[in-house]
Amino acid sequence: MSRSVEPPAGIAHADVVICPGGPMLLRGDHLVDDGQGNLVRTQRPVSAVCRCGKTETAPWCDGTHKVLPPKLRP
Amino acid sequence: MGAGGAGYGATMQLPPPRGTLSHRVRDALAGSSTRPLASRPSPVADDHHDAALALWMLYELHYRGFDGVDDRMEWDATLLGLRRHLEDDLEQDLRTRFAKSGTSAESVEEIFRICDEHEGAALSPYLHRHATREQFLELLRARSVYHLKESDPVSWAIPRLGTAAKAALVELQYDEYGGGDPNRLHAHLFARGMAACGLDPTYGAYVAQAPTEVLEQNNVMSLFGLHRRLRGAALGHLAAFEVTSSLPSRRIAQGLDRLDLADAMQHYYREHVEADAVHEQLAVRTICGALVAESPELLDDVVLGAFACLDQEERIARHFLDRWEAAA
Ligand code: FES
Ligand SMILES: [Fe+2]
Ligand SMILES: [Fe+2]
Repeated sequence: MSRSVEPPAGIAHADVVICPGGPMLLRGDHLVDDGQGNLVRTQRPVSAVCRCGKTETAPWCDGTHKVLPPKLRP
Repeated sequence: MGAGGAGYGATMQLPPPRGTLSHRVRDALAGSSTRPLASRPSPVADDHHDAALALWMLYELHYRGFDGVDDRMEWDATLLGLRRHLEDDLEQDLRTRFAKSGTSAESVEEIFRICDEHEGAALSPYLHRHATREQFLELLRARSVYHLKESDPVSWAIPRLGTAAKAALVELQYDEYGGGDPNRLHAHLFARGMAACGLDPTYGAYVAQAPTEVLEQNNVMSLFGLHRRLRGAALGHLAAFEVTSSLPSRRIAQGLDRLDLADAMQHYYREHVEADAVHEQLAVRTICGALVAESPELLDDVVLGAFACLDQEERIARHFLDRWEAAA
């Protein structure tokens, strides 16, 4: 007789994650159009794309969103 | 030569003692015998620095050890007993300061708020605008005690986590460890930066001159990392560390640039502007989020760890700013 053991459940895991008030995380390898005519390849396991438009390291988030007044945060 | 300098990766020398207890611990390690610790009454530390240095030596047995010290001393029962004693004092001290601060949170996302609201001394504005070259080098020597083993203390937590938190932590650590490329490993970037600044990148080279606060900061990370019981604090510490890194790293890189200090060291800090903008999101939301989803009772420890990170860093900042402003 086989025992009825539930297999472990799958765990929800997104490839693209919107961080409230902050960047958009991209998992894995992507070619990102920075909106200025450049294609930039991701360099790390997870990358953070700026959504506030104020970063100095576009297209990547550099934490600047945290010093914006809340209503200017994405 | 495979690494950033001749000594990088080599085993370090035992540091010179700074009091009765660190003297006895050093003698025990050097002689690979705990007889120097057996005397009655058992040796006690002369002061904070003596205690911090003794504990730091005991912890380093779990990382890379010391030149000439028998590797079996890592699990010597007498040394572990002494370690326990020193750890209890350190943890008690931390918990007292934590309770006094009144820091608390309902969710892991509040770590962002806790870091934002934490007030007190901060080094990066001074480094950005005012620090002299000698002050910068003094700080980099002190920072090397941690940065040459960057990310290692929290790696102890990996096997102690459930599925989602484990995957999340390893995802971040993989980036800290260079994504498979040793040239991008953060500790190695720091070692190369040190060499480029004319500093000795040998692991442990500047421990003898590290202020008490720096030894303590390192000890707190090892305390959290080495105790499964404190895994929540280890991850909370990581989260606060990452949340308070991007913007200061940019100021530090600009300060280095102002002084024309080595590109390789600027590169280390610029890398942290970008990497830690990712890591702060991962550490708070994905890593601590998964931990607390799996074990809600660990939220308080996560907050304790975050507080400890901010508190230790502030004490370090106060140490250096007091010194530098007195000299100005
Ligand atoms: S979203 Fe982080 S700097 Fe723009
Ligand atoms: Fe790092
Ligand atoms: Fe990081």
